[in-house]
Amino acid sequence: MSDTLLSVRGFSVMYDVDPPVRAVRDVSIELRRGEILGLAGESGCGKTTLAYGIQRLLRPPAVITGGDITFHDASGVDIDIDRLDAEQMLRFRWDKISMVFQGAMNALNPVAPIGKQLEDVFVVHRPKLSRAERRAEVTELLEIVKVGAERARSFPHELSGGMRQRVMIAMALALRPQLMIMDEPTTALDVLVQREILRQISALRHQFGFTVVFITHDLPLLLEISDRIAIMREGEIVELGTSEQIWTDPQDDYTKTLLASFPRLTGEKGVVAR
Amino acid sequence: MTTLELKHVTKIYTVRGAGQIKALDDVSFTLESGRTIGLVGQSGSGKSTIAKILTHLETQTTGEVLYDGEVIPRGGKRLRRYRQQLRMVFQDPFASLNPYHTIRHHIERPLLLDSVVPRAEVETEVHRLLERVQLDSASVIDRRPHELSGGQRQRVAIARALASRPTFLVADEPVSMLDVSIRLGVLNLLADLQREEGLGVLYITHDLATARHFSDEIIVLNQGRVVEHGSADDVILNPRHPYTKSLRAASPDPERHFAQATSILGGSQ
Amino acid sequence: MSPADRAATGTARPPADADETAVDPLELGTTSTEVHSRRVRVPWRFLGNRALFYLFTLWAAVTINFFVPRMMKGDAVSQYLSRNRNISPEAADALRSLLGLDTDKSLWQQYAEYLHLLVQGNLGVALTHGLRPVTEVIAGALPWTIGLVGVATVLAFSIGTVGGAVIGWKRGSKLDILIPLTTFLNTIPYFWLGLMAISIFAVNLGWLPIGKAFGPGVSPEWSLEFIGQVVKHGTLPALTIVIASLGGWMLGMRNMMLTVLDEDYITVAHAKGMPSKRVLWRYAARNAVLPQIQSFALAIGFIVGGTVVMEMVFSYPGVGKMLLDATNAKDYALMQGVFLVITLSVLLANILADVAYAFLDPRTRQTES
Repeated sequence: MSDTLLSVRGFSVMYDVDPPVRAVRDVSIELRRGEILGLAGESGCGKTTLAYGIQRLLRPPAVITGGDITFHDASGVDIDIDRLDAEQMLRFRWDKISMVFQGAMNALNPVAPIGKQLEDVFVVHRPKLSRAERRAEVTELLEIVKVGAERARSFPHELSGGMRQRVMIAMALALRPQLMIMDEPTTALDVLVQREILRQISALRHQFGFTVVFITHDLPLLLEISDRIAIMREGEIVELGTSEQIWTDPQDDYTKTLLASFPRLTGEKGVVAR
Repeated sequence: MTTLELKHVTKIYTVRGAGQIKALDDVSFTLESGRTIGLVGQSGSGKSTIAKILTHLETQTTGEVLYDGEVIPRGGKRLRRYRQQLRMVFQDPFASLNPYHTIRHHIERPLLLDSVVPRAEVETEVHRLLERVQLDSASVIDRRPHELSGGQRQRVAIARALASRPTFLVADEPVSMLDVSIRLGVLNLLADLQREEGLGVLYITHDLATARHFSDEIIVLNQGRVVEHGSADDVILNPRHPYTKSLRAASPDPERHFAQATSILGGSQ
Repeated sequence: MSPADRAATGTARPPADADETAVDPLELGTTSTEVHSRRVRVPWRFLGNRALFYLFTLWAAVTINFFVPRMMKGDAVSQYLSRNRNISPEAADALRSLLGLDTDKSLWQQYAEYLHLLVQGNLGVALTHGLRPVTEVIAGALPWTIGLVGVATVLAFSIGTVGGAVIGWKRGSKLDILIPLTTFLNTIPYFWLGLMAISIFAVNLGWLPIGKAFGPGVSPEWSLEFIGQVVKHGTLPALTIVIASLGGWMLGMRNMMLTVLDEDYITVAHAKGMPSKRVLWRYAARNAVLPQIQSFALAIGFIVGGTVVMEMVFSYPGVGKMLLDATNAKDYALMQGVFLVITLSVLLANILADVAYAFLDPRTRQTES
């Protein structure tokens, strides 16, 4: 099993509008197995487009204009994501890479109970499971994220934001993927709830050993939780380093600007950058 | 010095089918002109309710709101005059500006409605206000909101709020919907304006760090109740109430985080 | 300890003694406090409140119906009554109560008697139908209308909704042309469509009969042959109704689909690796159909009014034509009876729509108590 989980080489995405927008420009990055990679940037920098693009979830007018993405499976097999056909892609999704979406407000189907939405995953990906086995899996998932199995019949609007986010995490965990991409998972939540969710993600990582790509504009948060951080701007990765490096010795001007945008909570009154 | 005082204000909402909800419970504090108070709370804490009560969009259930020692008027001309003195900047820079009207129209209206300056001087005043918020008035004045960036729109909202020359400004999460790199710019603008115009600012936010940075005092609100109230540094650096402590511990703080790391590892990086 | 772990151990929960009313922050905002054990949840409180509203509407409809004839010129009605001398005294009394001629009694008394008559199911006698009871006359025409227009509406709704869902799903494809096409058919004057259909299929091709509900000289009975006749005679009218009304349903559903397809949960469904069909029907269409159900319910309510134009073109013995004839002949009792029946069925349809919606959309029970 190699050290690298995902290799992205020269990945580019363009929005075919007038005038055309190059949302992701020739991005290359190697994701290490087991790490937490923070992907930081402001709105429009391309971080979400990159995340969606890797899983081929982009819809028109977004067009992938180039690049290779290779997934180095734990079994030793290398999978070229960009070369999978439609059916292979359906099977690949959620099984190897899953995603936790932003603001679980609208990310859950409003007319189906959450238990059903969790079961969906098993119905499609593990068709050999019996109904009882599926139910058992869903129960286990809900207990793991501490939402509680009794809530399986609840509808999304009956749960708080924090609970909905945990349901999303449970859903992403369902098939025990090797990579979880989290797109602003705690942005809409209160700071206390946010900390709790992060704690839970950390515990789950210890238990199940998946790699995480954490996308957010909240750089101080990333500094605390990530192993490495990639700063994106206008479709490019302008800096990539360990969180220590970014904190103590930022290279790029934009990184410095971003760091300077966050006032210090404790210590001297000033901005976050040293 | 003018004061805006909340005295034992309680607000109870009755929701059909869900009973009563106590949005505010015995809240008291005084806002003085020339000072900024940071009102910190998470969602559901009641901070938006306070803004609504101050601007008289809602009435409190019990308690008093006193402007310069007098109860705020219920209606009519006197309420109009009160509202001129207390202006609000809202969270969503797009929603608070009418998409059909030009920027000029947005700034003109309060000037005309409140007769702040004689008619002949209105145009000059509009330009002055826009320059005041660091916008290039010539290029912005005839545009419509959707042609401006979020940061620019929020500056227009601030200019509009300042048009009637108020004594107090209530800023409800003024930067949380803006891009990260321009937030400080807008907050610094508010701080400068506050100093120069001697405004009393109530800065409502969920973010501890910016609250500390921009306020003289901080009030922490939890489920409608004031749990902590003190100088900004005191509240953040030496919190007394357990809720404040947990808020502080939960907020991202790379400074503290890396300092701990160094001490755990023993020695410098 | 990895940075993530260090970060995660920052105290998150306020300690138990923080506040007398300390609440787990993660629980804040949860509204489902009970555990739902039954298979199907019945929104009792919601239905209860609506039931009161409906009872009130029912009373209002009946009362307005009471006042309408009394607002007409008294002369017209009494003239009408005097022209028809063959009425039995009881029938005449009933008619006077229904039509507001019993002015010698107080208004309250009139009202009471009117209600009494209604409860007995006595709507008077139809002077244009040989003095048969109004209820009987209406009951004779109603099944034809409900049957034909009902079936046609259900068909149009089903085809239109399913079609709209598919067209919306495949947005940008060649199927999009169906929308302007069906909407165009919607705007063609119905009588022209009907006459064209008769001309082509009945007269020229001779495939289907020209009109009426069944063949001449045949009397209604429950035989296979009769049913066969009914279906044959009903095909053309039903078809023309479906063609004419399809566009509306299709357009509505397609537009809703487009809105729903932009929602996050559709992206999530794709991301989960759900096959297209599953996402289309269980996630997208299931949500998009909600407003359609409401329109459908309203449409059902008006089925009872019949479609006068269709009935005239095809000489179909429905409620519409009956009402038109009654109006021309000033058969007030029959008119009043039909109005009442239409009002009641619209009300009933609304009730069914509300119930259906409450079951289909779990969010309604929250917002509309």
